[in-house]
Amino acid sequence: MRRLTLIAVPYLWLLALFLVPFLIVFKISLSDTAIAIPPYTPTLDLAGGWAAVRAFLSQLDMENYIWLTEDALYWKAYLSSVKIAFIATVLTLLAGYPMAYAMARAAPEWRPTLLMLVILPFWTSFLIRVYAWMGILSNEGLLNAFLLWTGLISEPLVILNTNTAVYIGIVYTYLPFMILPIYSALEKMDDSLLEAAEDLGCSRLTAFWLVTVPLSKQGIIAGCFLVFIPVVGEFVIPSLLGGSGTLMIGKVLFEEFFNNRDWPVASAVAVILLLILIVPIILFQRNEQKQREAEGLDVFPLSMWSR
Amino acid sequence: MAESVFAPWNDPDEKPLIQFRNVTKRFGDFTAIDNLTQDIYAKEFFALLGPSGCGKTTMMRMLAGFETPTDGQILIAGQDVANIPPNKRAVNMMFQSYALFPHLTVADNIAFGLKREGKPKDEIAARVAEMLRLTKLERFGARKPHQISGGQRQRVALARSLAKAPKLLLLDEPLGALDAKLRQQTQFELMDIQEKTGTTFVIVTHDQEEAMTVASRVAVMDEGRIVQVATPADIYEQPNSVYVADFIGDVNIIEGTATPGSAGYDIAWAEGQSAFHAKSTRDFANGQRCFLAMRPEKVAISTDEPDARNKIAGKIIDIAYLGNISTYHVELPGGRMMKAQTANTRRLSRRTLTWEDPVWLSWTDTAAVMLEG
Amino acid sequence: MVSLTLGFAFLYLPMIILVIYSFNESKLVTVWAGFSTKWYGELLQNEAFLDAAWVTIRVAVVSSTIATVLGTMAALVLVRAGRFAGRTLFSGMIYAPLVMPEVITGLSLLLLFIGIGLDRGIVTIILAHTTFSMCYVSVVVSSRLVSFDQSLEEAALDLGCTPFDAFRLVTLPIIAPAVISGWLLAFTLSLDDLVIASFTAGPSATTLPIKIFSAVRLGVSPEINALSTIMIAIVTVGVITASLASKRASTRQQAEERAAMRTS
Repeated sequence: MRRLTLIAVPYLWLLALFLVPFLIVFKISLSDTAIAIPPYTPTLDLAGGWAAVRAFLSQLDMENYIWLTEDALYWKAYLSSVKIAFIATVLTLLAGYPMAYAMARAAPEWRPTLLMLVILPFWTSFLIRVYAWMGILSNEGLLNAFLLWTGLISEPLVILNTNTAVYIGIVYTYLPFMILPIYSALEKMDDSLLEAAEDLGCSRLTAFWLVTVPLSKQGIIAGCFLVFIPVVGEFVIPSLLGGSGTLMIGKVLFEEFFNNRDWPVASAVAVILLLILIVPIILFQRNEQKQREAEGLDVFPLSMWSR
Repeated sequence: MAESVFAPWNDPDEKPLIQFRNVTKRFGDFTAIDNLTQDIYAKEFFALLGPSGCGKTTMMRMLAGFETPTDGQILIAGQDVANIPPNKRAVNMMFQSYALFPHLTVADNIAFGLKREGKPKDEIAARVAEMLRLTKLERFGARKPHQISGGQRQRVALARSLAKAPKLLLLDEPLGALDAKLRQQTQFELMDIQEKTGTTFVIVTHDQEEAMTVASRVAVMDEGRIVQVATPADIYEQPNSVYVADFIGDVNIIEGTATPGSAGYDIAWAEGQSAFHAKSTRDFANGQRCFLAMRPEKVAISTDEPDARNKIAGKIIDIAYLGNISTYHVELPGGRMMKAQTANTRRLSRRTLTWEDPVWLSWTDTAAVMLEG
Repeated sequence: MVSLTLGFAFLYLPMIILVIYSFNESKLVTVWAGFSTKWYGELLQNEAFLDAAWVTIRVAVVSSTIATVLGTMAALVLVRAGRFAGRTLFSGMIYAPLVMPEVITGLSLLLLFIGIGLDRGIVTIILAHTTFSMCYVSVVVSSRLVSFDQSLEEAALDLGCTPFDAFRLVTLPIIAPAVISGWLLAFTLSLDDLVIASFTAGPSATTLPIKIFSAVRLGVSPEINALSTIMIAIVTVGVITASLASKRASTRQQAEERAAMRTS
């Protein structure tokens, strides 16, 4: 009885406020736009009984999805989102791995401080961190002022409102998500493994490739998922740092919904986005579950906060 | 004389405190306890001994109420405990990890169970003080578990589990985390406390020396079954199987065939070697396969041929000097190895025996136990 | 060493610059015109910002508290409840929101609230924030529960506790640091959220991030710099205090453990 209550309360909450909303999104994506409140049709009238349900179902169609394939904007936005997320994930990995590695190799008494320095930006507002780059990257911004002063350039570079600014913003805001799981994997590594590898004839570099990298694989995978999945649907970064040429589906969805008030199309956009992400999300969840069951090793950086 | 010996298991009028009746416990496909029946009497210090995975911990957890038998019954003081949850049993347990509550002081840890009973405050305080005294922890009541040493933690765990004066105390590898010296000392303390409080103790251990030291009876377990239950002396001197003989202490096992002869049996053990002689309480048929189990300390070693019924020549391959005793590994003709032990009673013994020396091994007819398998 | 220096410079320079320029006299954020705190003064006069801040804090306190209760329950289910029908779905619903793009979560919750005729306002934001932050809480708490020595709970049962008392008297005090971190995390996530709040907030309730976003869309503003500085300062002081406190506690514990070994 007690166990049932314990399971039922969070379960029902998540069903009602996480799963059911998705079903509603799916339903509305099959509806038509209308000038009404709410701005779509048909609406389900349960009071009408079975006939009303049948009538309701017969009015659903794939029109919005067909519309999505016909308008190049949408599939270009999907492709570009995935491309940007992929490149940004690789960049974040390239920036994050050396940091995680250096942290794990640092003297033990320094590690908690370094860890705190990585976690600190986490607690600061995401919005503010993205905003901070606006003043730096603009044409009259500090970066250009600095580069002009050094004489490296004679004309200000256009960085803000381009994809470059978006990449900088993503790497900047998501870097801790990459560092922490890799660090947590590397920190557990026994130094004598590297000594053993060298003893058995590896050079330092081959020891790194053959021992360190495979042992931090779980951390790398977790870090990449933690960056890639949310970035595909990112809204704040492209809208503040990106320009008119930056096509990202999160921004398209937001504008479709708020500016065009086209709820069915926005819903269809969300359904397709979810379909694109469902495979990475399931892989991510499997990876987490596996880690958890194997000796409670935590690759998810959140656990760092509970120490 | 007979009254002074504590042996309720030999008294048919004595009622057992704990009865396992055909208890089986399965976890999925794995059978942890296999149709086990065993009685344990009040005031016993009963040891469950065996390698890991033999089911000893499962037996203990069933007594505590953390596991329920798949089949069969467990009775405590005549009452079937199947439906009694752990918090309603007059049984307490001392955990292998000690499971001391890290956020409570030593005194609060000891008082924990008493507070659950809703006893008056002064009564609890008095009992806690008594327990601290019993375990010699008077000075540490206000400390937290991380502020005391391993040996002290062990005593807190004991005090906490004894505070409610349970009918039965279960000890799961209670000394496993202590170093060898402290362990020995603590073994005697445990026996002392058991005697003082008159509580029935059931201890789970994989350490045969510990079981032998503390227990009134030892149950040797293997694969969910009890192989032998007996006093420590009987387990050592009268093992009922090769498994028990081999598990407890050091032993030489020689396989052979038995032939009834004058005053015992002749055991033919190798082609071209004269038979060994042994007395046995068990009966063996003519030509039956048997195992001779012989403790190394009962095998004498000498350079000259001794005048004994059982003797054999060999060559010293290895000598293990352990301070108080030395163990000689002797190779017999045909390559078989045999161990013999001598006590080093003199400080500077003349090293008469050394590697590669030809020696004689000998033993009496009653030194070896004949086993069926 | 080089990678750490460069990395931390990258992480911290933008924020340091932001803080410095919040004290800039000039409205032109890129030109330094002398030290001034006038933007802080103007910020404190701005009723709209103050109202939004108040809404945000109320939402954060209520949603993080509910999320901590639900998330701790969910963590117990994940770690302790064993197998039950729908377990995979359950753990999926816990992990998915961690990476789910906010636009999807926000849109779906809005459509739900409209579907059941719930007026958008402070209540809907609280419901939305509770839902996604309970998942974070449950991940934090469950990672602590995994390493929790279950024999402690068994010992409590053995000493006469009911299962609920064992949780209240033993498990909860021991996992309390994780539960508190969970609450703080939920609180911060709620303070921080723009996208989901944009979908679920109504005209009656606007949160601070929504206000900030609409202000910065138009470009850099010194008032926002001042506001950011205040928020950064609060977080920095909070995190540093917490980490110093935990460091001191662990050094003391280690010293006491060493002392205990010596006296034995």
